[in-house]
Amino acid sequence: MYADLIQFFTTNWLGQAIVILAQCLAVTVPLLVAVAYMTYVDRKVWASIQLRRGPNVVGPFGLLQPFADGLKLVLKETIVPSSANGILFIVAPMITFMTALVAWAVVPFDDGWVIADINVGILYLFAISSLGVYGIIIAGWASNSKYAFLGALRSAAQMVSYEVSIGFVLVTVMLCVGSLNLSDVVLAQSGWFWSWFWLPLLPMFVIFFVSALAETNRTPFDLPMSEAELVAGFHTEYSAMTFGLFFLGEYANMILLSAMGAVLFLGGWMSPVPYAPFTLVPGVVWFALKIAFLLFVFSWTKGTLPRYRYDQLMRLGWKVFLPVSLGWLVLTAAVLQFGGWVPKP
Amino acid sequence: MASLDRTARAFLLSELVAGFALTLKYMFKPKVTVNYPYEKGPLSPRFRGEHALRRYPNGEERCIACKLCEAICPAQAITIEAEPRDDGSRRTTRYDIDMTKCIYCGFCQEACPVDAIVEGPNFEFSTESREELMYNKDKLLANGDRWESLISANLQSDAAYR
Repeated sequence: MYADLIQFFTTNWLGQAIVILAQCLAVTVPLLVAVAYMTYVDRKVWASIQLRRGPNVVGPFGLLQPFADGLKLVLKETIVPSSANGILFIVAPMITFMTALVAWAVVPFDDGWVIADINVGILYLFAISSLGVYGIIIAGWASNSKYAFLGALRSAAQMVSYEVSIGFVLVTVMLCVGSLNLSDVVLAQSGWFWSWFWLPLLPMFVIFFVSALAETNRTPFDLPMSEAELVAGFHTEYSAMTFGLFFLGEYANMILLSAMGAVLFLGGWMSPVPYAPFTLVPGVVWFALKIAFLLFVFSWTKGTLPRYRYDQLMRLGWKVFLPVSLGWLVLTAAVLQFGGWVPKP
Repeated sequence: MASLDRTARAFLLSELVAGFALTLKYMFKPKVTVNYPYEKGPLSPRFRGEHALRRYPNGEERCIACKLCEAICPAQAITIEAEPRDDGSRRTTRYDIDMTKCIYCGFCQEACPVDAIVEGPNFEFSTESREELMYNKDKLLANGDRWESLISANLQSDAAYR
């Protein structure tokens, strides 16, 4: 009986499809719940920083607020402007949302807990996060509105600029690991929490985090959203669930980049102390805690920093982060080469 | 030396760290928000909220239809019509306030010689339609009956300053 079932799920194409579908659901559903509660945590953190209370009426401590918001978005009417390109207008938020979800296929949640354990995981992540720009550009163009278009151009330029420095950060980590497989990246960081890459590569971790803020259009780089100049940036014309998909995609992207930060610099599923009782806690829990910490820093940043001006943002990206990350890349390579620490494949 | 100092500060992000430490400290301070629907701030006895028409303790309505409030109302929100009643006393047959016009200046209350029209302490009278904000005499008298205890206490505490 069991042998039959195992045979069905491992060899039959239908069985395999069911397994893959179940895996996708097992990642997507918790992710969407996390997105919902991320909006809640965001609002609570900003409120606390400003000595306010934040949402506290819907459900105990306002815990049902994200679902009330989601329900509102679903129930409202989707307005397509008469001058907009109807098909692209609807497709754009879907692209944003899907690229944010697709990237999760290669993220290792625990030892061996990966949907696709491919050997080019880092490249795949990098490629997918670049594709997210398409959703924004298409949204801005299809809206046929000057505000949406200018906002989209800003976001696209910003995301492309900061991807360059994220790329160099990824190359540095690749040099230290000697592999593009994300599970290998985590395994290379085993040991106490100070042997995770955040400490040996501290400047790169800071650059990665700041670039992640820019990549996800969060404060202090949320120029596309600067209300005073561009109304609401690329999603000016969006309403109801099309807007909801952008919102979900944006938050899913934030969680994705936090997961990337956790995998690359905070030791993924590793426990901070390599002995029991810490090692008895499932790796998923450690991974979730690390993501949660990075997400908290995201909202903490939003509560702390004012918005950059556009030229300042570009200057920081091209004149500060690019040379610094490039220099650190060369330095790391030199130290690995002459210190004799080049990882063996 | 100064430029070295500045560069070191810039690269060590000392200002950013200081700012982040400050906001983190604020996160754990007690909240200052009044938890509104469950918890309300104090109101002055002079607070000018929803209007009410008061009665004497014996149940007789105070308003004598002198129309001073109608005359002084800068928003012209009040409409009064009057006739002598069967017992010969002068009373209003119609006393309407358009709450969408009212600017809550309190002049009607100041003008009233018999303390009939007052602005009570109630400020939570939002409605779902515009029509519900066209108050008539019944509504105003009902308001007066509902808020009389608070209104008279407020008038009494403020009387010394008038």
